[in-house]
Amino acid sequence: MRSKRFEVLEKRPVNKDGFIGEWVEEGLIAMESPNDPKPSLKIENNLITELDGKKREDFDMIDRFIADYAIDIDKAEKAMEFSSLEIARKIVDIHVSRDQILEITAGITPAKMTEVVAHMNVVEMMMAVQKMRSRKTPSNQCHVTNLRDNPVLIAADAAEASVRGFDEQETTIGIVRYAPFNAISIFVGAQVGRGGILTQCSVEEATELELGMKGLTSYAETVSVYGTEQVFTDGDDTPWSKAFLASAYASRGLKMRFTSGTGSEALMGNAEGKSMLYLETRCIYITRGSGVQGLQNGSVSCIGMPGSLPGGIRAVLAENLIAMLMDLECASANDQTFSHSDIRRTARTLMQMLPGTDFIFSGYSAVPNCDNMFAGSNFDAEDFDDYNILQRDLKVDGGLRPVSEDEVIKIRNKAARAIQGLFKELALPEITDEEVEAATYAHGSKDMPERNVVEDLKAAEELIKGDVTGIDLVKGLSRSGFDDVAERVLEMLKQRISGDYLQTSAILKEGFKIVSAINDKNDYMGPGTGYRLSEERWEEIKNIPTAIRPESID
Amino acid sequence: MENKFIPVVKIEEIGEAKVGIRAEEVVIGLAPAFKKGQHKTIVDVSHDVVLTELIAGIEEEGLVARIVRNIRTSDVCFIANDAAKLSGSGIGIGIQSKGTTVIHQKDLLPLNNLELFPQAPLLTPEIFRLIGKNAAKYAKGESPNPVPVASDQMARPKYQAKAALLHIKETKYVVENGKPIEIKYEF
Repeated sequence: MRSKRFEVLEKRPVNKDGFIGEWVEEGLIAMESPNDPKPSLKIENNLITELDGKKREDFDMIDRFIADYAIDIDKAEKAMEFSSLEIARKIVDIHVSRDQILEITAGITPAKMTEVVAHMNVVEMMMAVQKMRSRKTPSNQCHVTNLRDNPVLIAADAAEASVRGFDEQETTIGIVRYAPFNAISIFVGAQVGRGGILTQCSVEEATELELGMKGLTSYAETVSVYGTEQVFTDGDDTPWSKAFLASAYASRGLKMRFTSGTGSEALMGNAEGKSMLYLETRCIYITRGSGVQGLQNGSVSCIGMPGSLPGGIRAVLAENLIAMLMDLECASANDQTFSHSDIRRTARTLMQMLPGTDFIFSGYSAVPNCDNMFAGSNFDAEDFDDYNILQRDLKVDGGLRPVSEDEVIKIRNKAARAIQGLFKELALPEITDEEVEAATYAHGSKDMPERNVVEDLKAAEELIKGDVTGIDLVKGLSRSGFDDVAERVLEMLKQRISGDYLQTSAILKEGFKIVSAINDKNDYMGPGTGYRLSEERWEEIKNIPTAIRPESID
Repeated sequence: MENKFIPVVKIEEIGEAKVGIRAEEVVIGLAPAFKKGQHKTIVDVSHDVVLTELIAGIEEEGLVARIVRNIRTSDVCFIANDAAKLSGSGIGIGIQSKGTTVIHQKDLLPLNNLELFPQAPLLTPEIFRLIGKNAAKYAKGESPNPVPVASDQMARPKYQAKAALLHIKETKYVVENGKPIEIKYEF
C-alpha cells in the first residue's frame, strides 16, 4: 500500500529535479573537498615559489598564471598572516570598509579565499555582497532571442526590455549565419527603448569579436575560462590566449568580461577531485590576472550540477562573492533554467536580488522561455509581474520597473518600424508592414509571420563579409526618418573612443551618463550608507498598474 | 499490436580499426564504455536498440554500417570526427553511452559537425533510426533536412547531474593515445 501523502509529494514539481549524492574523488562536491589544497604562500626575490602547498616546479599552467599575475605580492605576506576566520569576520563587519577588505583579499591565495567564504552562512554572504560589489547601484541584464531568429521581433523585444529597466541586453542565435542580423536588431531595438543600453551577440569567439570590431555590438561576455588544465586545453586554450582575446576587445574600446562557473570541470569529467568552488576560485583568479574588468559567474549553464548537490546554491552565492572580493564586476548568473519548482528558483535568485549585484541576472529572459535560445533562464517574460511585485513587497531594487501596456505597445511599434526602415536602407530583405504589426503586439515568435530564411541568411552572410559598420546603421536610420535613434546609435559608437565605459562595472544611464565603480563606488558601511532607494525610484516600484488606488473607490 | 521485440546485438572487438576504402560505408564510433561498462542511455534506451536503429537507418538507404570503438577520448565530437576519418565515405556517427550523438564529416574541424544531438534525454529509438538514415544520405552526397529534434528547457535541472555521473564513468574507460578498435557485430 502506498501512502497517499507520499503520492501527492511525489508529484510536486521539485521532485522532477535531479539530485545526487556527493562523489568527492570526481569533484561532485560543492565546497570544502578534503582534496582541496591547504593555503600556503612563499615569496622569494619577488617571485611566488610556493602556492597552496605546491612548489613552483610542480605548478600547472593555471597555478603559474595565478602566481605571476593574480596575487598582489606587496600585499600578500601581510594578508596571509590573518586567519581565514578573521578575514571572514572583517568582510561581514560593517565597520571595516570595502577598500580595507580589498587590501587583504588582493594578497591571499585561492585556497585561502575558499576557506574564508566557507566560514560564512548565506546571510553573511549576502551582507558581504551588499558591501563588496563594485558598483553602488545594482543593475540587471536580459536575454533577447527567439526560436526563429526573427529580426523584427528581436528589435521589438529589445525596445520593451529597455523600457522595463534592463541596462545590458544579450542575444544569441538559433542558426549561426543569422548572427549579424541579431546583433543589429538588438542594438537598434535597445536604443529605441532608451539611449545607452549596452548590447552583445553571444556566438563563437572569432565571430563575436568581428561583430564587435564592426561596431555592431557594444560589449562581450562569452569568453570562458576553466579551473583545470585538462578542460582548458581540451578547448585548445590557455589563460594567456584568453588574456590576448581580452586585449583585442580593449583595443577597440569594447567592454568585456569573462565567464566561468562551478560545475563545468566536473561536468566535463576532469575535476581532479577538487571542490567545485575551489576550481571556480581559480577561474576568478585567472580573470583577475588577465586584467579583465569583470566576470559572469554563478555556475551559469552548469547550474544543474551545484543545484543537485548539498549546499550547492550556497556555493553559487560564494563564487559571486569571491568575484567581488577580487574587485571584479560580477554579473551573477540566474540565467538558466534551474528547477521545476517555483519555490526553489525564487529562493535561488533572492541570494543575489536581496543584496543587489552589478547584474542580478545575466540574464533575465525578456522573452518567454520557449523563445530563449540560451536554453531558458531562471526567470522569463511571464514572470515580469511577479518580479516587480517582489521589488515592491521587499522594497528592494531589482533593476526593473512596472510598465503600462500602452507604453510597451508604442515602443515596440517604433522599434519594429525603425528596423524596417534600416533594412530597406541597407538593401536587406524586406520587413513587411504585417511583420511590424505582428511584432508590436507579439508575445513570442509563434505570433510572427514566417520570413524567407534562405533569403535572410544569404543577405546576412553578405553583410558580414562586406564592409557595413555601425556608422552605416547611423546613416540608414537617419535616412529612414529615425534621426533620434540614429543619434543614440552614434553616441554608442562614440563611447568606444572615449573609453569611459571600460571602467569596472560601467553602465550608461539616462543621457549616456556613465555609472561605474569609479564614479558610483560602493560605500556601504551599514544602515544609512551604500545604495538606498531614492524617493523617485521607490514611487516607480510602488506604482504597479494592478494596485487599486484608494481614491478611485467611492 | 505493440512491438515487444527487443533485439540483441552481439559485438566483438577484433583488433585495430583501419581506414575503410568502401565508399558505401558509414562508421559508427562508440564511446569507450558503450555496451561495455554501460548498457543503456540516460533515459534507459538499451544500447542494443540504439545500435539496431542506427544500423537499420543506414541500411534503409542501401549503405553498410561499420562499427569501431574509440578509446582515446570520451568527447563525442572527437569520437564522431575520428569515426568519419576511418569511414570510406568520410561520414561517421559518434555516440556516447548516455546517448549524446553527432554526425560528422572527415574534413570538418572536430568541434564542428553536420548534425549534433546534444540533449540525450530526448533521443528515442525513432530518432536514432533517422540519424542513421541522414548519415547515410550525407555519405551518398545528398543534403538531407536535419533530423528534427525537440528542445526541453527543463532537461538541465532534471538530467545535468546524472549526465555528469555517466560521463565521468565513461571517461574512466579512456586509454590515453589508445588506437581505435574494429568491432564485429551480428544480430
